Amino acid sequence: MKKILLMGNPNVGKSAIFSRLTGVHVITSNYPGTTIEYTKGYIKLRDEKAEIIDVPGVYSLSALSKAEEIALRMFEDGDVIINIVDSTNLERNLNLTLQLLKKKKPIVVVLNFWDETKHRGVNIDVKELENFLGVPVVPTCGITGEGIKELVDRLDEAKEGSIFYETDEDRWSIIGRIVGKVQRLTHRHHTFLDRLGEFSVKPLTGIPISIIVIYLTFKIIRFIGETLIGYIFEPLFDKLWLPVVSKISEILLPYKFLHEILIGTLIDGKIDFGLSFGILTTGLFVPVAMVLPYVFAFYLVLSFLEDSGYLPRLAVLFDRVMHLVGLHGVSIIPMLLGLGCNVPGALATRIMENRRERFISAILLAISVPCMAQIAMIVGLVGRYGSSALFYVFGILFLIWLVLGIILNKILKGEAPEIFVEIPPYRIPYFVSLFKKVWMRVKWFLNEAVPFVLLGVFIINILYTFRIIDFVGKFTEPIVTKLFGLPSEAVSALMIGFLRKDVAVGMLAPLNLNLKQLIIASVILAIYFPCAATFAVLIKELGIKDMLEATFIMIITAFFVGGVLNLLL
Amino acid sequence: MIVDITQLQPGEKGMVVDIQGGWGLIRKLDALGIRRGVKIMKISSQFLRGPVIIQVGGTQVAIGFGMAKRIIVDKI
Repeated sequence: MKKILLMGNPNVGKSAIFSRLTGVHVITSNYPGTTIEYTKGYIKLRDEKAEIIDVPGVYSLSALSKAEEIALRMFEDGDVIINIVDSTNLERNLNLTLQLLKKKKPIVVVLNFWDETKHRGVNIDVKELENFLGVPVVPTCGITGEGIKELVDRLDEAKEGSIFYETDEDRWSIIGRIVGKVQRLTHRHHTFLDRLGEFSVKPLTGIPISIIVIYLTFKIIRFIGETLIGYIFEPLFDKLWLPVVSKISEILLPYKFLHEILIGTLIDGKIDFGLSFGILTTGLFVPVAMVLPYVFAFYLVLSFLEDSGYLPRLAVLFDRVMHLVGLHGVSIIPMLLGLGCNVPGALATRIMENRRERFISAILLAISVPCMAQIAMIVGLVGRYGSSALFYVFGILFLIWLVLGIILNKILKGEAPEIFVEIPPYRIPYFVSLFKKVWMRVKWFLNEAVPFVLLGVFIINILYTFRIIDFVGKFTEPIVTKLFGLPSEAVSALMIGFLRKDVAVGMLAPLNLNLKQLIIASVILAIYFPCAATFAVLIKELGIKDMLEATFIMIITAFFVGGVLNLLL
Repeated sequence: MIVDITQLQPGEKGMVVDIQGGWGLIRKLDALGIRRGVKIMKISSQFLRGPVIIQVGGTQVAIGFGMAKRIIVDKI
């Protein structure tokens, strides 16, 4: 099958064009380096089916970074290249175009963001540019779909370019000549978004703006999450699902073991979705009614921030803070992603340059960044004691993040590399891509998390039925009760925490813990070990040796923090 | 006047005259269009030796303080 590659700089709207061409759901975003994992789709051209590959965005083909290396490797296997160019930024983008043309492959050049050229005072003579490059040039707008049909129609006109150069200086002087001939700049109007862009990176205005953005982010997530739970999911479970499972419970009552696993324990003779702990009761209620609404709300807000172009600005403002823990500003992105789910966060540590950075960010992520599933459960459980109790839990986690990061930064050899990142202009997100992205992420959560939750609930019931928990509880009692000050039954939650943190937090509910114990248990559950899925990804990303070191650090941290909290609180 | 870009005030412009670094740094900056002979404008700086943002062509780039120290411009 013919392979068509989409190549271009980061932030040129490549993924939007990709989803226009293929209709396949893809992740698009607005910060550099997000498409490290490439996406693939299919397109029908006349009678023939062709493969379309979305290559990671790069600024050049010099193979300096991992992304460039991958892009270069993928380039070698391509049959046709669609080079996507930001038409508001012609000179810089032509740098890559010329490097691609030099390699003598059939190419079509796409001038994306064509609609933006007007108010930015950019006039490009498309015909003249075609003459210079010797390949078809098509203006498009990924968001409205303008020009996409022409692009598809002209794909078979793709040909090798007529430009050649020797040195870097040569290349830039050719680019200079082309730009001088085909582009005319008129007065550009500063838009509201331009001004907002500048305000949000100047410290005096940028820091207050970032505080407002972060505050609003949490407010909106909580509002959407609580509304969905209170008005949709809880009523659905109470009105529709409760009668069904109650019936099943009646039927199963004689079969004690089966009833225990599917329905769980009856509380005052009734099913309690939060406390019963059967597969059909708590097993479904936790992921669907307590966690899913928050996961959806989180990804909605985060995807909006990504696609609008705010995250690189946040990276700049937080650069100094991140340097304290041996990272630079851009590593705030894996941390934020980790708040949704640690797995994509761990995968995103790949955007960092060196091993030291990846190690530090993976450990900090795994230990002190709770995922949305866990946060939702903690909010549900500890939130009953008011906001200050929640503030304790998350404040302690942040302190652990900071102190552990500072220690790691001191003891690990090497220095944090410096931030070097494009600050793209603000763009109003294309809501179709935005919703596609949110949907993909939510679907991923449902596919990955729900089976694990059900498995977790199943295992708990087996462990209880065969009294394995009592057995392990006796062994671990000194640690759990003496060091952490928790009842020995809490060990079951700690065991299940290896599998799913949200279920584990849920298991604390029936234990009647006091506030101090709840805070300690929530914090320990967050820090002592990553969940199974994150652990598997981290082994792949860091390698066994580094992961063993990381595990050691996690266990030490959990013992230390648990002990200290028990003494201090 | 010859200065490095950390010494420019926001809004001030300069022409890049030197990049004090090895091949790697020069290539890295070159890929985003920062090279000898181009005009840049400082957009902002952060407190406590934080990153510097400059505009080059139509692109804004954030550059860590240490790296920014090595980009030498002739102030216009």
